[in-house]
Amino acid sequence: MATLTPKTPEYTKPSPIAGLNDALKRQILSLQSYSYLVGDALAKMFSAPRYPEDVLEQMDAIGVGSLPIILLTGFFIGGVMVLNTAAQFQRFGETALTGDTVAIALVRELGPTIAGLLVTGRNGSGIASELGSMVVTEQVDAMRALGTDPVRKLVVPRLIATVLTLPLLTAVADLVGLIGGYIVAHFTLGLSAVEFWNRAIQALAFGDLVMGLAKPVVFAIIIATVACFYGLRTRGGTQGVGRATTTAVVVASVAILVSDFFLGKLLLYWFVS
Amino acid sequence: MAAKPTIDNTPGEPLIRFEDVSIGFDEGEVLRGISFEVVPGETKVILGESGSGKTVLLKVAAGLLRPQSGRVVVMGHDLTEMKEVDLLDFRRRIGFVFQEGALFDSLNVADNVSFRLREESVAIEETEPRVREALRFVEMEDAYDKFPDELSGGMRRRVSIARALIDQPPIVYYDSPTGGLDPVTSQTIITLILRLRDLNGVTSLLATHRLQDAFGLANFAFDSKSDRVVPIWEDGKGRQFSPTNFLVLRDAQVYFQGETQELLKSADPYLREFLS
Repeated sequence: MATLTPKTPEYTKPSPIAGLNDALKRQILSLQSYSYLVGDALAKMFSAPRYPEDVLEQMDAIGVGSLPIILLTGFFIGGVMVLNTAAQFQRFGETALTGDTVAIALVRELGPTIAGLLVTGRNGSGIASELGSMVVTEQVDAMRALGTDPVRKLVVPRLIATVLTLPLLTAVADLVGLIGGYIVAHFTLGLSAVEFWNRAIQALAFGDLVMGLAKPVVFAIIIATVACFYGLRTRGGTQGVGRATTTAVVVASVAILVSDFFLGKLLLYWFVS
Repeated sequence: MAAKPTIDNTPGEPLIRFEDVSIGFDEGEVLRGISFEVVPGETKVILGESGSGKTVLLKVAAGLLRPQSGRVVVMGHDLTEMKEVDLLDFRRRIGFVFQEGALFDSLNVADNVSFRLREESVAIEETEPRVREALRFVEMEDAYDKFPDELSGGMRRRVSIARALIDQPPIVYYDSPTGGLDPVTSQTIITLILRLRDLNGVTSLLATHRLQDAFGLANFAFDSKSDRVVPIWEDGKGRQFSPTNFLVLRDAQVYFQGETQELLKSADPYLREFLS
């Protein structure tokens, strides 16, 4: 008598070496798929069809939407830097250097990194969960079935929007960080506006500005592509969406910090030394 | 009105042809050595238990999944040989109704239905009447400005059908179009599918595990004169002339392929139990 019960495959415990081998293969395949997605998205940025309305919508979500947290955190990062360094400068009687330190640290390092990490947390997670939800509800397949390329329609606009807005958000973070630093320096060290701002502006060279604006471009590519990659490969329903979002944020944050080191080294070599 | 999509098919040839198609994933083989043909105007009902590979078969037929071996020829195009960019172009000429509708939840009903037209840069003056016509066909014109989360499951499926037929495709794939719906709403959806088949001559593949829907398609037709569903005529020997055929999947393979009467009269124990 035939039965409607599906056959269950016989379970055999895999050996640890085979498991390690499979895990390694999966990681290499993931890296290959990610590289393919980045290459595909970058190539499609320069060819039609384009979706300018989607780019503007994403710029609004990423740029305008992130502005309040960028303003708030940028201000306090600048302030806390002065709080922590003020005592050291007072010990050496070099309180005038506060402006130099805050400006260089913010523009070269803290502004791009903080803005990058904040946008990863806010928008990287949003992109991964949005695309992940679209995958598990078959909206991405529906898009392909309607003859639309999901990379062009979903990935490219998010990539362009992040690349255009993150440097601007970084510039805003730098500025409010300096304002925060000045306010704290004024009240703790008694620095005047002229003393602080003159030193801050004179400390910055062309190379510092290039560093400060080149890093966010690379970070933006990392945020958008990593978030889209994990979003588009979501499997396993709503639980999978949560997993994809967490993985996207963790991977993008780590990638930003690691690339920041190598990028910093390279840009310092080119522009500062 | 845009020109109806062309079919690069030799007259008399099947519109859809699977030749020894196999596909598998990490979990194992989902389809193995699948072969069948669908002639113009035919509705092929794919029956099978949950997880038997019905959805995968439809996605392979639409070029959304690439088989590991075998050939899939649709409207004269070998999908297994085509690049993704050409497949995107090909898919604009077919309709696909997904299991849960798969409407874009950030777009309203009108934008969902007109999605393909906007992608083809069709003028807005032409888009609106065509969207209204498609929505009128599925009796959903009142939902024009609504968003998917304001619609019931049945309404979403109907909008999904409107979206699939906006360009009057010669082929439509339905993936469990009545799954999870109440009997009355299911009947409305089946009537829509009958209308598309019998009035527009749409060829289709329909995956389902609901026998009542499958036999509804096999035993009834839409009569344009009376504007209602009528039983399909039978000759004196009990033979029906229905454009509906069946394909039963089991253990990743085709278990049965044939007409309604053959299926009903089969003495195979699995089919008897499946149909009971």
